[in-house]
Amino acid sequence: MSTYTEKMKETARRLLQECRVEMVIGFRRGSQPMMNEPCVVRKPEDADELVWDSNCGINLANYLTDRKEKIGIFAKGCDSRNIVTHVLENKIQREQLVVIGVPCLGMIDKRKIAAATEGEILAVTESGDQITVKTAHGAQNFAKAEVLQQNCSVCTHRNPVIHDEMIAEPVAEQTDVNPYADVADIESMPAEERWAYFEDLLAPCIRCYACRNACPLCYCPTCFVDESKPQWVGKGQDPLDVRTFHFLRAFHCAGRCTDCGACERACPVGINMRLLTRKLNKDCVDLYGWEAGLATDTRPALDIYQANDPENFIK
Amino acid sequence: MKNLLEHMGVEPDRIHFSWISSAESTKFVEVVNKITAKVKALGPNQRFVKQAAKVA
Repeated sequence: MSTYTEKMKETARRLLQECRVEMVIGFRRGSQPMMNEPCVVRKPEDADELVWDSNCGINLANYLTDRKEKIGIFAKGCDSRNIVTHVLENKIQREQLVVIGVPCLGMIDKRKIAAATEGEILAVTESGDQITVKTAHGAQNFAKAEVLQQNCSVCTHRNPVIHDEMIAEPVAEQTDVNPYADVADIESMPAEERWAYFEDLLAPCIRCYACRNACPLCYCPTCFVDESKPQWVGKGQDPLDVRTFHFLRAFHCAGRCTDCGACERACPVGINMRLLTRKLNKDCVDLYGWEAGLATDTRPALDIYQANDPENFIK
Repeated sequence: MKNLLEHMGVEPDRIHFSWISSAESTKFVEVVNKITAKVKALGPNQRFVKQAAKVA
């Protein structure tokens, strides 16, 4: 995917020169390996900053909320679905956007690389599906498939669902994957085990709210966790407050989450809180046949009433 | 909501939803009786109980 970079610079430069957009949102090289950072390019001559490789996992739709400018934005499959969600929720107008579609082959998981190598990681380069990691101890090669983020390895929407331009030809979608195998495993446990499982999972949480900040769905001016009148949830490290926070955060994403993985990627202690959001995604598919962000002309499952909505939970 | 609470390990019979009109007094009594029986069978809730901070 690193071959996209030149085409991206060229596209961003052209859009800015033709004044079709006032800014382009993309990625530039970060200060650490595997940590590309989002950047906003406003002048054609700055377009050379842009890069693209397998470390662009952050969801750029997060930077669109309530913007008034005309914006060019690079969008992977998941970003494009979140852009659709933003349009549906009136957080941006479709006419303001030039969506530059980026067919995506998955992003690499920096934690998997860090766990598989020794010493400080100095550089990570890629060529095709080979990832080369240079550490203080030497160089190591990985097949990209082995070090993909979990959500990318089971992704079924790699190509952007909306686009005005495309950086490359669409890639083949994965069809033989089951995105919800691990959620189903948890579902099959008895209640006590499930309670203990999430107790363990959430124990390291330090309540930094990085998962919320990285999420394009979390755009409320005041988040429920920050309110103090009324105070919806305790602000400390009590396991119950931590659990309540994660439960409600997940629930606010019901029927909207595209499993872009930004929350887990942003988490400084590596909690897989996607097990909660993906349970809701799975329920939305099972109960309503709904996947978020696939079309701008249908209302989300939790937004409309249908005569055949399941109602067996009502006594 | 019920699904996610149960996914996290809250017992299936702990949480109930119902829709009762203000005119359906009989249904109200029935539902409340049913729910109380089910929740009593589960016993007191040990989860979602916050221990008061211990102050020395």
